[in-house]
Amino acid sequence: MSNTITSQYTSYHTKVTRSRATSEPTWIRWSLIAVTLLFLSFFLFVPLVAVFTEALRKGFDTYITALVDPDAFSAIKLTLIAAAIAVPLNLVFGVAAAWAIAKFEFKGKSILITLIDLPFAVSPVIAGLIYVLIFGLQGWFGSYLSDHDIKVIFAIPGIVLATVFVTFPFVARELIPLMQAQGKDEEEAGLVLGASGWQILWRITLPNIKWGLLYGVILTNARAMGEFGAVSVVSGHIRGMTNTMPLHVEILYNEYNYAAAFAVASLLALLALVTLVLKSFVEWQVARNASNKEENN
Amino acid sequence: MMKCYFYHIFVSVTLARAHTNEQLNFMTKQKNVLPGFNLTLGYTLLYLSLIVLIPLSAAFIKTTELSFNEFWTIVTAPRVLASYKLTFGASFIGALINAIFGLLTAWVLVRYSFPGKKIIDALVDLPFALPTAVAGIALTAVYASNGWIGSWLEPHGIKVAFTPIGVVIALTFIGLPFVVRTVQPVLEDLEAETEEAAASLGANRWQTFTKVILPTLWPALLTGFALAFARAIGEYGSVIFIAGNVPFVSEITPLIIITKLEQYEYSSATAVAVVMLIISFLLLFAINGLQWWATRRNSVSH
Repeated sequence: MSNTITSQYTSYHTKVTRSRATSEPTWIRWSLIAVTLLFLSFFLFVPLVAVFTEALRKGFDTYITALVDPDAFSAIKLTLIAAAIAVPLNLVFGVAAAWAIAKFEFKGKSILITLIDLPFAVSPVIAGLIYVLIFGLQGWFGSYLSDHDIKVIFAIPGIVLATVFVTFPFVARELIPLMQAQGKDEEEAGLVLGASGWQILWRITLPNIKWGLLYGVILTNARAMGEFGAVSVVSGHIRGMTNTMPLHVEILYNEYNYAAAFAVASLLALLALVTLVLKSFVEWQVARNASNKEENN
Repeated sequence: MMKCYFYHIFVSVTLARAHTNEQLNFMTKQKNVLPGFNLTLGYTLLYLSLIVLIPLSAAFIKTTELSFNEFWTIVTAPRVLASYKLTFGASFIGALINAIFGLLTAWVLVRYSFPGKKIIDALVDLPFALPTAVAGIALTAVYASNGWIGSWLEPHGIKVAFTPIGVVIALTFIGLPFVVRTVQPVLEDLEAETEEAAASLGANRWQTFTKVILPTLWPALLTGFALAFARAIGEYGSVIFIAGNVPFVSEITPLIIITKLEQYEYSSATAVAVVMLIISFLLLFAINGLQWWATRRNSVSH
């Protein structure tokens, strides 16, 4: 009897194809869900909610005051500048690297892919340190730069360089597998029909990879605006001058100005939430396109 | 018997396909007409060298200013050794917690349906998106003795913030998405047939899980673990707020580097950094090896 019910059930709900033999009893199912939610609450949900409640603890006026503070404002500006330089640089690099790796065969390709991954494996603190060794006062170009009165370390160029380093692989890592999977048939067809290299790039390749590109840009931007360790080493923490938003959060926090620290932090948390929404949207688009393609075939 | 038969057909079809692919590749390789190879590869190598390779080599060149004995004394100083122990120990525990609960999370997200599942699935990536400094102060606020969770743990004698446990909490947070996101796709691709076969041969659910499902997930699980571990070793921002940073007790290695830098001890900061770089590179190669193993295993088992 129960067998016929389950088989009827599965025939009505084609999505639920698991029979009793390959699924767990209800009580185990719900306990596993409960344990998961408890774990995620301890590590994700509670800290996330805490950012906003701590920010608003002293009332909305204090919150706004912390955000319109000139130092906070210049920190926001610097964060946007760093991201506005780092994202396009790594975007162009990502497309170029993916083009070379996905469309052509050459020796040492897998070594190149590993080298592109290197910045993932390097501690942000070390990412900052290596630029100090090159551009710092004691560094390779230190005396040259100080003679010509150019500041890289403890100035904006250093912050941008450190940001570029930590976000280096994101776009490339997103595009390489995507362009490898797409092959080069369409590009070759374009070439046969007389398109130039740039026309192929603009009219064939970029439209094909636009979602992957956007995905990479979203991840790059989130990391660029949120980077702390690397930027902390090269910034020198000059208030109103070389402070990015995460560094401003740290300074306020260390001054026991918790409400203001969390107010600025809440902007960054909002940015993270927007990032997650955009990311889900892109994933949804990609899944929709894939299923459309399958239907058309 | 039946299964073997299908497997055989499948293998021969895949082999045939691989064969034609190879022929096609061979044909196109002869005349790859697409433009831009020199330009894109040249630009890739130039940019990679300027941003990553040359700056990283600066760290190794800087250590040559030290004699080997000086280098060794710096990187094995008791305070530095204590920081390795904390960094690697806490990273290992954090990655282990993530392996267990990440597997559970991936399982629950793939296999079960419950209200709010999509939102929770999206929120798993929060540690990727949330700036580490924000994560650091948020975790400190929650786990401090007057925080929401901390005030509830403290009467039980568990102090989290400003102790090594706090370091573990922060490192678990930042590594959380890795295991979930590596295990999830493998779990989604798992064929129901193998589980049905195990069940029809008399295996109970637990046996099916440990003997059929877990072995398939193993490479992905190990990759996720290694990624979480590698990320945790270098982590700085989320840890320094919650750790308390007491030398010999709750001081992580990246903080040692920062402290040395602030005292303008560039060579000794770089010496410790080089030790960490070498370990990170070894981990990166191990992870690449694991991923290669995982894809090879998947393509064989399909």
